[in-house]
Parts: sequence; structure tokens; C-alpha cells
Amino acid sequence: MKVLVCISKTPDTTAKIAFTEGNTKFDENGVQWIINPYDEWYSLVKAIELKEKDPSIIIHLVTVGGADAEPIIRKALALGGDEAIRINNTSNDSLVVAQEIAAIAKEGAYDIIFTGKETIDYNSACIGSMLCALLDQSYIAAAISFDLNGNTAIVKREIEGGEETCEANLPIIVSCQKGMAEQRIPNMRGIMAARTKPLKVVEASVNNAQTQIKQFELPAAKSGVKLVDPANMDELVRLLKEEAKVI
Amino acid sequence: MVLIYIDQADQEIKKASLEAISYGAALAKQLGTAAEGLLLGTVADDLSSLGKYGITKVHHVKDIALNHFDAKVQASVAADAAKQLGATVIVFAHNVNGRAMAPAVAVKLGAGIVTGASALPTTDNGFVVTKTVFSGKAFAAIQIDSPIKVIAINQNSFGIQTGEGTAAVADLAITVPSPSIKITSIEKVKGEIPLTEANLVVSGGRGLKGPENWGILLDLAKALGASTACSRPVSDADWRPHHEHVGQTGFQIAPNLYIAIGISGAIQHLAGVNRSKTIVVINKDPEAPFFKAADYGVVGDAFEVVPALTAAVLKSKAGA
Repeated sequence: MKVLVCISKTPDTTAKIAFTEGNTKFDENGVQWIINPYDEWYSLVKAIELKEKDPSIIIHLVTVGGADAEPIIRKALALGGDEAIRINNTSNDSLVVAQEIAAIAKEGAYDIIFTGKETIDYNSACIGSMLCALLDQSYIAAAISFDLNGNTAIVKREIEGGEETCEANLPIIVSCQKGMAEQRIPNMRGIMAARTKPLKVVEASVNNAQTQIKQFELPAAKSGVKLVDPANMDELVRLLKEEAKVI
Repeated sequence: MVLIYIDQADQEIKKASLEAISYGAALAKQLGTAAEGLLLGTVADDLSSLGKYGITKVHHVKDIALNHFDAKVQASVAADAAKQLGATVIVFAHNVNGRAMAPAVAVKLGAGIVTGASALPTTDNGFVVTKTVFSGKAFAAIQIDSPIKVIAINQNSFGIQTGEGTAAVADLAITVPSPSIKITSIEKVKGEIPLTEANLVVSGGRGLKGPENWGILLDLAKALGASTACSRPVSDADWRPHHEHVGQTGFQIAPNLYIAIGISGAIQHLAGVNRSKTIVVINKDPEAPFFKAADYGVVGDAFEVVPALTAAVLKSKAGA
């Protein structure tokens, strides 16, 4: 059985968000880069858990990005996975990224493709759904648990106000979120092993972006907090009712 | 024509879809074209009444198999419908199902897509949609260059606009592919408003010291008719269920009112709630970073402030 885990490089969750070049580019100055948390904590660790149960499972990692994504994919390999593929395309158009991954997925004939629910930079949540259309495979989004029973995947997914359990035959694409697996920290053995794991670079083959980022903008600063006397909650209720008009 | 996907579950149209309809109708007006809805499966609601949100027609693919959400099937049917009807913009709610299917529909239509849109597009110089990025810490204006466009609108960003009108309802024949997944069980959290659909949310953090102290928060939520949420340390410690965790890696919500009790306001927590319209922070530490993101703040002991707030809410409701 073969599993493909999609890995994206994102700024650290505490990174300062600022823009340069007339607000057209993300300011990378001083930014720490991490594996997108949904890709790392949930989809990659889930794949590793599956392999721990069944060591015959082969895990490939794929990332779409420039050479600066390599430390991130090595870090992912330190957690687990047998080999990695970097597709040398720096586009941030979801369709371009999905098509690049779809080409790798077709060639590799994977049984399971895991993605994170979304990336924490562009928050587009597109890749899994686009792969569903590009590969014509079943797709379960926002999964909170995943088990295998032979050739059948048993997946729990989030729905509004609850959870739903689904079954689907492989191959399947699953986007992962909280609940799927617990966060792990790479150990020294993993870090050493990751250095010699194969990391294949594939040249970009798609360039048909349908979207382009014109401008970034930071939200207007809050005008400042209005402090209410803790002994006067009637006043807070009045403000929420008459000023904010939310209750 | 602007086609709006009307999401449903359990025979009911989702609130997020009413907002998507309002958004699609406003966009159609801006483009000088018609706004129409697309409903897959069957619902108990009266479809013609959706006209009051601004659509003139509802296309109904009345196949009961579509009552169970299967992204591959739903995307195929919605894309075929959009093609058959000649839609130029397809609008989804950026909710659980919208996220699962809108990008697949975009692929099938060769359309550019913007998900998480926060406002109507500007159309005077290209078609540019603003969306939230970096988990609500910034916005990006994104130009869609393809002739057909797909937009998924963030919940609680445009609002539900109600007017007058009745929509014509017409059956639409589309071939429904065989299901690719089988739903074996559904567990609903009983009696609660789904967190992502809630207008009012009361949320607790480590400042409440332990799960046994949640009563004061639940009383406040009950008085307000609010849903309850919590910070990550609270759900990690199993004081509260995981589905209540809001933040960067939990649920991202945008209610009208978010009341944070005993939550310091780490940047990862703010990423999940910073799109809320009004934020109230109750914390005994005046240096808590959350106060910087708040509209109203109460510096005080939650164990005194929260019951007092509950009493004030009940008093105000009784007087109204």
C-alpha cells in the first residue's frame, strides 16, 4: 500500500505578518518557517501511525515549492516517511499546485492521499478537493479519524454540529484536521535518518494559474478596548445591546 | 448568471447558504445579471421563499441520493448543472461542504477560484475578490482571470439580507453518479447550535482553573442563548470536548459576539476568533494580550464577574 502526504511550508504560527513591495509580497524578513501544522500534526502523523501498524506501507511526501522548501521536507522526513518529492514550482495558485501533485499522484498510483485541512498562510483549503476532480477519486474533507479495514477506509469527518462516519474503498483523498493524530517531535534517530532519505526534485510542468494576488492588506487596528468596571455588568450589557448591537 | 449552491443537511437549508444567496444576489445586481440557486437533494423548507434573499429561481435536482454529502458526487452534479445553466459565477458558502466541493467544481469548470472571500468583488478593473489570509491576520485581493469564476464566501462576513420576493422553482435533470462513499453513522451534538453557525459564543480558558468550574460559563451561555467554546489548553486537557476548541488549529469562527473568559489571547487563539464582530475579554490580568484585540474588556475575577454578567443579562431580558 502506498500513501502520499502533501506537505506545505508556512510561516510559524507566531510569525509577524507584514508585506513589502507596495503590499504585494509577504515580508519574509525574520520569519521562521514550519511544516503547515495540519500537514504535520494530522496528515503526516496519521500516515506514520498507519505504517507503524503495517510496516509494508510506503509513505511518500510531496511538496510544491522552491529549494527553500527543502529544510521543511527534511524535517517532515525526520518525523517519518520513506522518501520525498519536491516539485520545483513556486506558484501560489491552488490549481497549479493541485495539478502538479496530481501528476505525481497518477504516476505513483497511491492508495491514500492525505492533505491538511488547509494551509495557515493562504487558508484556501483547495488541494484535496481539486485532487478529487483531477484524479476522479473519492474525497473526504475535514477528517477527524481514519482507520483501514483491508481495502476500505473508515473515516470520521466533521459536519456542522456533529460528526459523520463514512466508509469508502481505496483509493481515497482525505483532508485532515484536529483529532486525526497527536503531535510528535522528531527524535535524533529520525533526524539522522532523514539526511539520507531520497529527496527527488521534479521540474515544474504546469503554468496555467487562473488567479493572481494583486494586493495584501492588514486589518484596520481596533480602536482600543473599552474597559468596563467589573462591579457594573449592567453597563456591559447596555453597551452590547445599544452600542455594539449584538445581543 | 450567478448560481448559488444551496447547502442542506437533515432536510434543512443551512444558515450559511442564506448568506451565500444574499451575497450572490448582490453580486448579480452589480454585474447586471440574474441570481439563481441550485439545490441538490430534498428539503422540507419552502424553496420559493428563498426569493426573499434575492434569487429569482431555484434549480432543484431532486434526487434523494444527494441528501448524503459525497464531495465527488456533489461536485460532479453541481458542475454539470452550472454548465447546463450557463452560469458565469458560482457562489458557495465557505462552510464544511463548500470547502469540500467548491474547488472540485472549479476544476471541472476550468474556473479560477477564491475561497474564504470576505467581501463582494470589485469588477471595474478585472474581477478582484478580497479574502482573509494568514488565519484572519490579513486580507489578500485576488484577481480571477478565467471567464468562469467560483467564490466561496466566509461565514458571517456579508450577512443575510432579507427583502421581498418569491423564487420560481424548477426541476433540473442531471445524471447523478453512483456514490463513492457510504455514510454509516451520524452523531449530532444534541440541542446545541453548531459553533461555526453561532451568532453568540462564550468561551473559556485556563483561567477557569478546572472543568468543575464551567458552570458559571454555561449559565452565561444559557442566559444569552450562546454556544460554548474553549481554548486549546482546555481541550488538550480534556476539560472540554475537542469540538469546542477554537483557534489556529481548532475551529475558526466569526460570531457577532465572542466573550472570552480567562483566555490570555495567544496569537494562535486569536487566529481562530479575530473575525468576530465584537469581542469581550474578561481576565484578571490587565496585561493579557487579548485586551489589545478586544472591543470591551473587564479586568476582574471571572468567578465574580461572570455570574454578575449572567444576572445582568437575565435582568435585561426580563425588562425587555
